[in-house]
Amino acid sequence: MDLGALYEEVILDHNRSPRNWGEIPGARHIEGRNPLCGDKISLDVLVDGDVVSDIKFTGEGCAISKASASMMTQAIKGKTREEADRIFEGFHDLVTGKAAGATPDKSLGSLRAFAGVARFPTRVKCATMAWHALREALAREGTELRADS
Amino acid sequence: MATITELTRESGALDLDRIRADFPILGIRPRGKRLVYLDSAATSQKPRQVIDALTRYYEEENGNIHRGVHYLSELATIRYDETREAVRRFIKARSTNEVVFTRNTTESINLVASSFGQAFVKAGDEIVVSYMEHHSNIVPWQLMAGRTGAVIRAVPVTDIGELDLDAYESLLNSRTKLVALSWVSNALGTINPVRRIVEIAHARGIPVLLDGAQAAPHLPIDVQSVGCDFLAFSGHKMLGPTGVGVLYARDDWFDRLPPYQGGGDMIETVAIEQTTYAKAPSKFEAGTPNIGSVVAFRAAIEYLEHTTLEAISLHEHTLLAEATERVGALRGIRLIGTAPSKAGVLSFTMDGVHPHDIATILDQQGVAIRAGHHCTQPLMTRFGCGATARASFYLYNTMEDVNALVEGLERVREVFT
Repeated sequence: MDLGALYEEVILDHNRSPRNWGEIPGARHIEGRNPLCGDKISLDVLVDGDVVSDIKFTGEGCAISKASASMMTQAIKGKTREEADRIFEGFHDLVTGKAAGATPDKSLGSLRAFAGVARFPTRVKCATMAWHALREALAREGTELRADS
Repeated sequence: MATITELTRESGALDLDRIRADFPILGIRPRGKRLVYLDSAATSQKPRQVIDALTRYYEEENGNIHRGVHYLSELATIRYDETREAVRRFIKARSTNEVVFTRNTTESINLVASSFGQAFVKAGDEIVVSYMEHHSNIVPWQLMAGRTGAVIRAVPVTDIGELDLDAYESLLNSRTKLVALSWVSNALGTINPVRRIVEIAHARGIPVLLDGAQAAPHLPIDVQSVGCDFLAFSGHKMLGPTGVGVLYARDDWFDRLPPYQGGGDMIETVAIEQTTYAKAPSKFEAGTPNIGSVVAFRAAIEYLEHTTLEAISLHEHTLLAEATERVGALRGIRLIGTAPSKAGVLSFTMDGVHPHDIATILDQQGVAIRAGHHCTQPLMTRFGCGATARASFYLYNTMEDVNALVEGLERVREVFT
């Protein structure tokens, strides 16, 4: 099998040098975990009105989970809540194979590199961990900050 | 199919061709590749003899045990108790009354935690575990501590992955009610000095439970010589079917512990007001057990006995030594667990590559290893890594398997340059 389908160059690049790595003091803070493997992500999201004005992460995980988080932050920064939801749906369909056969949604941009994950069912959770943390962060509108999961 | 007496050559070395021919699954071709199964520490593969015993049971011997007077009930009862005798012989227990069947090691430990806790543990008492325990030898004690108010103390682990015996000794005191430690570490492969561990505890009158899940498949066991009070292990890691575990308890421990679960087969007489319990082992085997798997488990024990644990453990050491040297020589590899006395487990990390990515790339080449925290998160924390890659060896592995592991790891390096 072609491993390149999973470990695309852009994924390896984000694994080596994750973008938006760090913390945002005072931001909404969510921790995501994969209890099966012990991987974790710590996500800080700053929402200004309806817009994700800043987003950073740290954590421990495999290349897929780290690159996914890194590329997610790039894709989400500056987007509205509604746009973020749409990107989440598109990405989720892509990695779970629901978008199979269809032309990958162009709006996903470089996230389309994760299409190969659909052929590795055991790795889907790695790709979606950061995204579920993001969803939780955005769902907590109106609640106070610093919730640990 | 080889008869099991032929499995070791006169030289004492394993006859690998004959052994491998006994394991049908070794013939499958995952993703078109030869199967290189290096995850026996998670669960072992099963020889034809065990699969046949399971089939024979359901085709010719199935009945409920200790209940009917008909032919099949009687036969199933005999077969079930034959396995109990085989287990007794395998671990050199004094009596079959010291052997209780459970679902697995985890249930065996939960049984002791629950019953021992109820009878003997009160607030402020202490239970000693270690930082190298599998979660199944930590969490049951925490649950029990939650009910009783007891405190869990943990023996530290040295940099090479051994128990710190001096620290162990100093943790013991008049409040210590039980010591619960693993015989062989599932994540590191370290073989702990169990006889010494038991001696130290017994000198203070403290009973010892050993988690033998990774010991029973690989080492000759003599519970009387080791002297432990309890020994827990699983059938599925030693060529047997899933769903069978063993709890050994020395002497009269089973008489002194209250029942774990109530139900059929564990009673003497039942009235609505009060029940008197059967004697061990029945007292701890409420309800219809996994009869078929227990019966087939005997074939697994006999396979190991005929091959001999001595020959198996020698073979694993040869593979482990070669793998340790060759994997250890690869760029960016850190071996986790380098104790001189080890069973066939090689745990490692690779700079810049997460263990999951290692396992996925190896899997594409037919090589099955485990990646993750191995249900030993306190140990991972101790070694400053969230996860490791783990290759584990058993009697059916070959040098060709070690080659495939090394070549696979070189491929990992290529992908992650």
